[in-house]
Amino acid sequence: MSRSSAFHRALTDRPPGDIARGVLLSEVFAERTGDAAALGFVLAHLPRGGKPVLWLQDRLSRRETGRPYLAGSGQRPILLMDLARPADVLIAAEEGLGCSALSAVVAEIWGDPAALSFTATKRLAMRAEAAGVPCWLIRHGGSADLSAARDRWRVGSRPSAADADDAQAPGDPRWHLDLFRSRDKQPGLWVAQHDRAADRISLSAAVSDGTLAAGATPAGQRAAG
Amino acid sequence: MERWQRAQHRQGSAPPDDLPHALILDGPHGPVVQAANRAAWRAGAAQGARVVDMRALCPDLQVDYADPGGDAAALDRLALWARRWCPWTAVDGQGLILDTTGSDHLWGGEAAMLEDIEARLSIAGFSSRLALGETWGAAWALARCGPVRAICADTAALPVAALRLDPDTVLLLHRLGLKTIGALAAVPRLSLARRFARADLPANPLLRLDQVTGHLAEPLAPPLAPPVFRSLARLPEPIFDPGQHLPALCTDLCAQLSFAGMGARRLRLSVYRTDGEMRRIEVAMAQASREPRHLGFLFRDRLEKIDAGYGFDLISLDSVVTEPLGVVQAGLAGGTDQVLELSRLLDRLTVRFGAGAISQPLPQASHIPERAETHASPLTPRPDVPPPQSERPLRLLDPAEEVRVLYAVPEGPPAQFQWRRQTHRTVRFAGPERIAPEWWQDKPGTRLRDYFKVEDQTGRRFWLYREGLHDDGRGGDPRWFLHGMFA
Repeated sequence: MSRSSAFHRALTDRPPGDIARGVLLSEVFAERTGDAAALGFVLAHLPRGGKPVLWLQDRLSRRETGRPYLAGSGQRPILLMDLARPADVLIAAEEGLGCSALSAVVAEIWGDPAALSFTATKRLAMRAEAAGVPCWLIRHGGSADLSAARDRWRVGSRPSAADADDAQAPGDPRWHLDLFRSRDKQPGLWVAQHDRAADRISLSAAVSDGTLAAGATPAGQRAAG
Repeated sequence: MERWQRAQHRQGSAPPDDLPHALILDGPHGPVVQAANRAAWRAGAAQGARVVDMRALCPDLQVDYADPGGDAAALDRLALWARRWCPWTAVDGQGLILDTTGSDHLWGGEAAMLEDIEARLSIAGFSSRLALGETWGAAWALARCGPVRAICADTAALPVAALRLDPDTVLLLHRLGLKTIGALAAVPRLSLARRFARADLPANPLLRLDQVTGHLAEPLAPPLAPPVFRSLARLPEPIFDPGQHLPALCTDLCAQLSFAGMGARRLRLSVYRTDGEMRRIEVAMAQASREPRHLGFLFRDRLEKIDAGYGFDLISLDSVVTEPLGVVQAGLAGGTDQVLELSRLLDRLTVRFGAGAISQPLPQASHIPERAETHASPLTPRPDVPPPQSERPLRLLDPAEEVRVLYAVPEGPPAQFQWRRQTHRTVRFAGPERIAPEWWQDKPGTRLRDYFKVEDQTGRRFWLYREGLHDDGRGGDPRWFLHGMFA
């Protein structure tokens, strides 16, 4: 099966914006450091409501990619934990997944620490499924080793959509989504557009090679489409 | 003053004793002196005098802010500590009052007891002025205006200010020529009663005089000591691991707490070792709790940190901080209590990673991005602050990182910038959004910021700002910083 056909089937089969719902442990890799697309993708999928989100960061990802900013992340209630080591992040995530008063657990991990083994991700996945609390692992500068995550994404920024009011300004952000491992879905590639006003992701089905090439598109994108 | 001096000494920044130093409070006409050290008293500082006047008397006077709330709390604790001498002790304004009736012989007489009190207070780091009187009023007057360690001395020669009257009444009595208590007592009762018929107690010299002489009873109502919640396990043989006894201790303590309708916020587990040493560990809770399983869980991972030495034969579990906690009915629908679950989670995380690791970002009314949110402790209610008008980034770099910038026009956006040794070319931009410094808290000379949302050639969106303008006269060329990332 070629990737191109998977891409088209995914676009036609699944309702747009709903591809990651109901999955309890997902792993999102940021394509490059300093790229907040992965965070935007995770934030767009977090459930809304009064329950807080437990957000865990290890020291390196905090230093290299900054801290979550409340005003930009939709004013969701957040419990923020700054931890020193990736192993601490995994322990705290396991604790958090046992608590039904949380709406989600988001853990950011830098690089490929030894603590993040297959067993550790398996534990997280089983905990998340037992408690019904979604867990998102955000990996900065990591490589996709063995993992028990149900869905594994690679997300990067692409040139944004045109702004209706200002031709010079960046409009709604566009992301390149690559679902490269999934337990119950067809892997594929998408270009997603995030509607900031409604906080909704739409997979832009109409995107063809031509419109992307009109912007400054990297070579890998064209090959994928 | 002495409490402050010891606090400074603990921080290693105590000022030398021979420099005049005063603690101040804000008054209606500027700051006033609340307390001062010995050098400042000698230089002429007076309590209640304005700081500007004292500076005229003593130009090198150093001042610091007093902490009245902390003083009151310390005095409350001191009043409970003073129950070592007699059971009836209470706080009386700035001092303590002890009803020593019937307890002085235990200390070898009244004079010996006063000496013991003064010695113990000076060991605790406090200077004191003590006096023993037949009534509360007499003791108050003698302690403040009488001779050193006066015992039931004559109060007739003391000034009328020793009668616990307010300053207006003292001034009035001075104008009437009644300067001492003796002079006041010599005035016929009837005329005093007629003159001050409607005055209430602090303004009524007759009632105050009766309190000194004992004609008007003034019983002491000491506050109850807070109850102690403690559970003990005495062991026949020394052991090394308190883990087995912990569930029983927790159950016992929770039964005590539940009987009193209280919940524990902070627990202390102490072990008394056979070599006479004592070791303790403490845990704190986000919400008052009296559930044995939860309390036991908090200690579970920390028991190994106890240094057992040659073993211990007494374990004590104390509730150090308690709060009222009513009985809560469980939901009829059978669901779990969300707030309770969350506070349990917070306890477990705090025990494991420390109280500083977990925080809750809350919005704050400020336009400066890094001040627009505070990191409060969890479970703090959210303040009602309107969200910012313009778009804000998902991530904020703290602190902002400086970038090298090429620009086409000085006031415009960057054409190209270098961040972390990588060059980014601006493809699209939005802005500037100008944020002026907050003059009420920023240093003078702080420069304004012009924020740009910039998209580079690979599609990443950054939040950059230029600090200052080219000709604002606040330093050289403006610098550029990268402050955040948009999705």
